[in-house]
Amino acid sequence: MTTELERVEAVVIGVGWAGGIIAAELTKEGIQVVGLERGQEKSLDDFTMQKDELKYAIRYELMQDLSKETLTFRNNSEQRALPMRQHGSFLLGTDVGGAGVHWNGQCPRFLPYDFEIRSQTVERYGEDKIPEDMRIQDWGLSYDEMEPYYDKFEKMAGVSGEDNELTAPRENPYPTPPMMETPLITKFKDTARNMGFHPYHLPSANLSEQYTNPDGQTINACQYCSFCERFGCDYAAKSDPLITVIPTAKETGNFELRPNSNVRRIDYDGERATGVYYIDTLTQEEFFQPADVVILTAYTMNNTRLLLHSEIGEPYDPETEEGVIGRNYCYQVGLAATGFFEEEKFNIFAGAGALGAAFDDYNGDNFDHENLDFLHGGMILFMQSGLRPIANNPVPPGTKTWGREFKQQSTKFFTQHYTLIMEGASLPSRNNYLDLDPTYTDEFGDPLLRMTYNFTDQDHSLGNHQMEIMEEFLYEMGADYVETLYDFGDYTIVPYQATHNTGGVIIGDDPEISAVNSYLQMWDCENLFVVGGSAFPHNSGYSGVTPTIGALAYRASEGIKLYLENEGGELVKAGPEKKMKS
Amino acid sequence: MAENNDSKDGMTRRKFIQNTGLVVGGALGGGLLGGLIGNQTGQSPETAENSAENNNGAESPSEARMFFKRQDDFNVLSAASEVIFPEDESGPGAVQLGVPYYIDKQLAGGYGRNAKEYMKGPFFEGEPTQGYQAALTRDNIFLQGIRRIQQISSSEFNTPFQDLEEENQIAILEEFESGNISMKGITSTQFFELLRSATLEGVYADPIYGGNRGMEGWKMKDYPGAQMTYTSIMEDEEFSEMDPVSLRDHHS
Repeated sequence: MTTELERVEAVVIGVGWAGGIIAAELTKEGIQVVGLERGQEKSLDDFTMQKDELKYAIRYELMQDLSKETLTFRNNSEQRALPMRQHGSFLLGTDVGGAGVHWNGQCPRFLPYDFEIRSQTVERYGEDKIPEDMRIQDWGLSYDEMEPYYDKFEKMAGVSGEDNELTAPRENPYPTPPMMETPLITKFKDTARNMGFHPYHLPSANLSEQYTNPDGQTINACQYCSFCERFGCDYAAKSDPLITVIPTAKETGNFELRPNSNVRRIDYDGERATGVYYIDTLTQEEFFQPADVVILTAYTMNNTRLLLHSEIGEPYDPETEEGVIGRNYCYQVGLAATGFFEEEKFNIFAGAGALGAAFDDYNGDNFDHENLDFLHGGMILFMQSGLRPIANNPVPPGTKTWGREFKQQSTKFFTQHYTLIMEGASLPSRNNYLDLDPTYTDEFGDPLLRMTYNFTDQDHSLGNHQMEIMEEFLYEMGADYVETLYDFGDYTIVPYQATHNTGGVIIGDDPEISAVNSYLQMWDCENLFVVGGSAFPHNSGYSGVTPTIGALAYRASEGIKLYLENEGGELVKAGPEKKMKS
Repeated sequence: MAENNDSKDGMTRRKFIQNTGLVVGGALGGGLLGGLIGNQTGQSPETAENSAENNNGAESPSEARMFFKRQDDFNVLSAASEVIFPEDESGPGAVQLGVPYYIDKQLAGGYGRNAKEYMKGPFFEGEPTQGYQAALTRDNIFLQGIRRIQQISSSEFNTPFQDLEEENQIAILEEFESGNISMKGITSTQFFELLRSATLEGVYADPIYGGNRGMEGWKMKDYPGAQMTYTSIMEDEEFSEMDPVSLRDHHS
């Protein structure tokens, strides 16, 4: 028995950053919004004094319950995809606030190059520079068009940061000054300058000072307690949807948040979405929620999966390259190099999620690729997030990982090592994609999403190039030994790398190779907007995707308002010349 | 799977001797005695010694087994965890830190039954890049692995594992780590990695879970625990020695 509910103007599927931003923006305009969230309600009280590494960082308290739903994975189409039975490579969130609750707060903007990656690459290096299987494409939205939305996201979140000549240009300064400069950050910046690079403080959503945003929500000053990533912030000092956009939406009186509501399918009549079917996870009762506009704001994985399962849009076929849903799945080429210091001892346990510094000299197209066998690049950074003891047992290369020598070395070097990270761009390959698994199902018997993904030659060349720089950097800094990773091999779903999964429902100006237009409106379903990392045609070389998702959510909010005002219609005409219908 | 089925123990006797360089006969005498002591007191020698020293030990009502039914299994677990994280001049080892009780409690709960993990079939071996694919839950892996350690110890040394000299205990665990011991459903490397990671969790998790007794694990690493803020030391050039705090200090 399915209970049909009263029609609403807008229904949002998934209440994290994207869903929260859209709910806030629409409800402020008087639009009635229902937010369906499969997970539980959460509040600040859930996080107070929860500084427990085992429960949150090791046992994944805030993450998706994989016994109910996961995805399957294989490196290529020849392999049998098997379920991701345990969390590892990336951490899927759940509950109100989504992954926006347990993020580190990294707030980089993408580069102007990213939004016009294909045309700028062709212009500078010629078409032949793009490898045969690579499918980079322009976003159908320039950086100049994105800038005001980035600005809006940063002002809402109160981002702390400092300007830099190699990062994306800004109209306005950061809302709050950069976080503290620690001796470890000074060490990074000094070394970088000595090597001719242009270091800057990481932009962060852990705030340097108390800040009240334009919606009237207050975010507190960070207390540098070191429990950010994988944790909720008990000080309300790390911007997340629970302390910003969700209360903003609620205060309008136009937002109804329904937790424990797991959407199984979007109902589609061939032209429009009529509403959504969801299960109340507490009673297992099924509901149908009709709506004028449906906004899909789940994580990258579920945005793609729900469309495929609801049979909306044409699934991507890697053989013919026809179809768009599941296309351009990308990830992150994340690498680390660790320096070991025999004499120096660091307060490495003290920090904050996005405290640190970086340089972009080898990111984007900030350096000449003429004689290199890869495109784009990646930021090189030092993060002083605050190291915890279960996860961090560093030993110099060649040391055994247990026993007497291990104990002696790992307890010593816990405070005497320094790790550099490279967050490399992930560029699309025709062979990397998402579709539905033919074998494995979730708790309701619905097919799981299947990921087919491997690192490419581009990724390996990029990784090795950056690793050389990091190795040199650490010796320059005075390290006695450096642990490196060259030729990292196949992608593996086992060790944690980054929760920066992108693509599958990508943005663009050509319906042949994109699923949504520059307002995140589906080409094949005009009253369905799909917002999230799923919209990225590729992932940039940065330690975070949230501001770009946030900016796209602000852009989509404008589109949805226009759509409702216009009483329907496509907001953008297909093709390179974008014209809004009046 | 990396297995060696040359003998019923998955490792030939000759190979074992080559790997360890030991003389098998020499280990016999002392081992038997040690085994008897362990059986009589219901505790391994290490645990017995520790309980006497530490008032937070045997007198704590939480220091009883929730998962392991057989005393001998617990004794082997204790000895193996101590080899992985041994007592030395810098501080206590796994047993004195309460790690065996930590592991016992974890196996009795959701962790032991892989409660929040996808455990539906069909099951296939898969590529290493695809991660864990066996049907076994951790409680069964531990029981199988611990008993396999004891079998190897008995067949190769005729002595209970908990009574072997440390170098022989290390030799056995190295064989597990290398994947040379046959096991049902998983590799011995997978079991060893689980044992190793569970041991380190017990050393460094907050004391509420039964390990890291007295926050001694944290002290050895100069880790200050669940501090509420580091604001006052963030800009200090010098290393900050701080007394650690645990969740017990925060929760009421």
